[in-house]
Amino acid sequence: MPLDSKIAYIDLTTGDIQIKPIPLDVRKKFLGGRGLDAYLLYNHTKKGCDPIGPDNTLMVSGGLLCATCASATARTHVMAKSPLTGLLGSCNMGGFFAPEMAWAGFNHLVIKGKAKHPVYIYIHNGKIEIRDARDVWGRSVTEAQWAIRDDLGDQEVKSMVCGPAGENLVRYANVMTGIKNAGGRTGMGCVMGSKNLKAVAARGTMDIKIAHPVEALEFNKRFIEQITSAKVNQTQGTIGTPFIWGATNSWGGIRCRNFQYNQCEYADDMEPERLDEIATETIGPYHMTGCFGCQVHCRAQYKIPFGPYAGKYDEGPEYTSQGAFGGETDTPRAITVLTGNHLVDQYGVDNLEIGSLISWAMELYELGIITNKETDGLDLRWGNDDAVIEMIHRICQRKGWLGDTLADGGVPASKKIGKNSFSYLIQVKGMSNLHSDERATPGLALNIALSSRGSDHLRSRPAIDLYHLPEPVMRKIYSSPVPYNGPLSSEHTEYIGKPWQVFWHENCYMAVDCLGICKYHTTFLGATLPNFEDWVKVVYYNTGLQLTPQQIWEIAERCNNMERLFNLREGLSKDDPEKGDVLNHRYHDEPTRRGAPDVVGRVIEKDKFLKMRSEIYVHKGWDENGIPKPETLKRLGIDNEPSHLV
Amino acid sequence: MEQMGKVLVVNQEKCTGCRLCELVCAVKHDGISNPARSRIKVMKWEAEGLYIPMSCQQCQDAPCMNVCPVKAISRDEDLARVTVDYDKCIGCRSCVAVCPFGAMNFNVIDRKVFKCDLCDGDPQCVRFCDMKAVDYMDADEVSIMKKRDAAARLSRAGKEGAALMAQL
Repeated sequence: MPLDSKIAYIDLTTGDIQIKPIPLDVRKKFLGGRGLDAYLLYNHTKKGCDPIGPDNTLMVSGGLLCATCASATARTHVMAKSPLTGLLGSCNMGGFFAPEMAWAGFNHLVIKGKAKHPVYIYIHNGKIEIRDARDVWGRSVTEAQWAIRDDLGDQEVKSMVCGPAGENLVRYANVMTGIKNAGGRTGMGCVMGSKNLKAVAARGTMDIKIAHPVEALEFNKRFIEQITSAKVNQTQGTIGTPFIWGATNSWGGIRCRNFQYNQCEYADDMEPERLDEIATETIGPYHMTGCFGCQVHCRAQYKIPFGPYAGKYDEGPEYTSQGAFGGETDTPRAITVLTGNHLVDQYGVDNLEIGSLISWAMELYELGIITNKETDGLDLRWGNDDAVIEMIHRICQRKGWLGDTLADGGVPASKKIGKNSFSYLIQVKGMSNLHSDERATPGLALNIALSSRGSDHLRSRPAIDLYHLPEPVMRKIYSSPVPYNGPLSSEHTEYIGKPWQVFWHENCYMAVDCLGICKYHTTFLGATLPNFEDWVKVVYYNTGLQLTPQQIWEIAERCNNMERLFNLREGLSKDDPEKGDVLNHRYHDEPTRRGAPDVVGRVIEKDKFLKMRSEIYVHKGWDENGIPKPETLKRLGIDNEPSHLV
Repeated sequence: MEQMGKVLVVNQEKCTGCRLCELVCAVKHDGISNPARSRIKVMKWEAEGLYIPMSCQQCQDAPCMNVCPVKAISRDEDLARVTVDYDKCIGCRSCVAVCPFGAMNFNVIDRKVFKCDLCDGDPQCVRFCDMKAVDYMDADEVSIMKKRDAAARLSRAGKEGAALMAQL
């Protein structure tokens, strides 16, 4: 049964490994995946621990539904204290790792300590061993994975690894699996590197008994039809996520030249059709690749057509690589995007963070805040494609003053650079925003300000706000599974009703992350996709666990509050520009310069923003300082943390 | 012409490598999620983006059938498949050893050989594959389809060649 899957506590300092069951009452409280990780993080790390010291604890998990007969249960979640932000570190990736770990008998790992020399953890049918990785250390993301397969003599092994960026303690290094599946944001790969942990490898052939297999199979079929009938998923399954960037850019919702513009001119070269044309060998409808059990298959496959990396195979480039290496840096050329995408995949670094920081440095260079002295002569002009590629190398290898400085993350870099560099840094809680511009969308602006891991689009984005859905449709979505009678607006430029939408999506996405399924399979980009009501059935058919939609909602609330408790413990304060629920002043002070009529000339009005923020605190049961009220914690049964249930 | 029976047809170019076929195969037959129980298996070369689903070819002159010392394996012409009679099977795994496609498997948990049975005419791998990288069609249609695809490629190449010649 999925509920029989185990948790393992691994101490890399002593080599001690303990394997335990996951009690059913813990499952009922936190389900699994990100939710249970949040509980484990609060319970297994000491307040104020050094994120790159042995006391930081790394959680690796699959969701409750991982490797069951539900759709796209591929997600691996990794959590620790973030070396980038000093707050919550959390990343989530697709691929095949978590299911393989589940077939090897495990859903959760709690990894502490620091190994004396590079090691990797091997999980195989109920057993765990720590193996020498000195020969694997220093290798790129894919080379490391193939080397581990050779070391174990098994080509079916799936590994999650840190790349050279993680080894070099780049504060926003990724955890990676496969070619492209990236656990990005908040630097979980850096935590692996700091522990001398090159990889976690898994191979499993153990049974996961499905509680009601006939029903699970039939319901999965229905579920998949619902998911693949959405136009947005059909498009993603044909040309991948680049279509989102193209659409958002033509509308005026992306960042260009750090934060100077909200639209990239002359970006035709980066449109998905053009990418397809340039990378002729692959990309296109038959050259898509998917994560475990997923019929959306949103990743394109390509080979770099020319230049120094000609012939290199990779997957993507996705929406975020276009934004990071095309839009933000104003280098809207396919070859730069394809090459940049390949490099971050091989180094194992967060494309959003690195692209954002490079474009920030370019703006500082334009302003004269940094000069050729800091860049070691590199011409960081806007639109200099070679400089963008060179900066990726320098940061990941910590080469040169600027490369080393930016590798520490935006906030520490701003302190080292000085002057007023911080005010140009587009970040929340120390993490750079993705390449999107939220000045015309207050709901999305509130989302990034409140996101538990820092500026982020995958925690609570009410992306369907942009579809201008009829109000009855919105009301149907947003007043289930718990009633909501407050205002709602179909207008994306409005402020009313947005706090509830953000709150609703926050719980929706948390539930998805606890179940271990992909956000493309819920109300994220498509309004017709499954959510709470459907998950109840999937969970029951696959695990036998009987829950109500309201219970799943409450679990999501509980897990979100666990994350908040962790952030508050580690120093979050609502108005702190480095660790708070606030936006960069430019959102409020600089109107957008480009885009459609409903976009151009807009700012986020600060007083209205603060009103939204107060309102969402109320929805969440938090006080005016953004601290969960005692009665909220009591209602959710987390008023005595740490409670050390597991 | 006599009914030839339907066969599984793999078009590896369409495969996205998601392995949903493996999952549904195991759940359908055993009620268990475990790719080691799947009759179909996607072989992958991730570094090249190459994914090839492998399953039983339901051979006419099946080596597994020929090698079986107790005649437990036979052809079922109604469904054009090769089947194992578990009342006769002694679990010697000679069939596993001899199959040129690795399509005969041995389950170490139940200690039995197992292979694709075409889900009695409704293969779940086909039903769940939206790309139709695995399809189920009449055997005589397969070669016509492949002829058409190959001819289209030749025709395209011919036209491109003619266009190139015209430019010279």
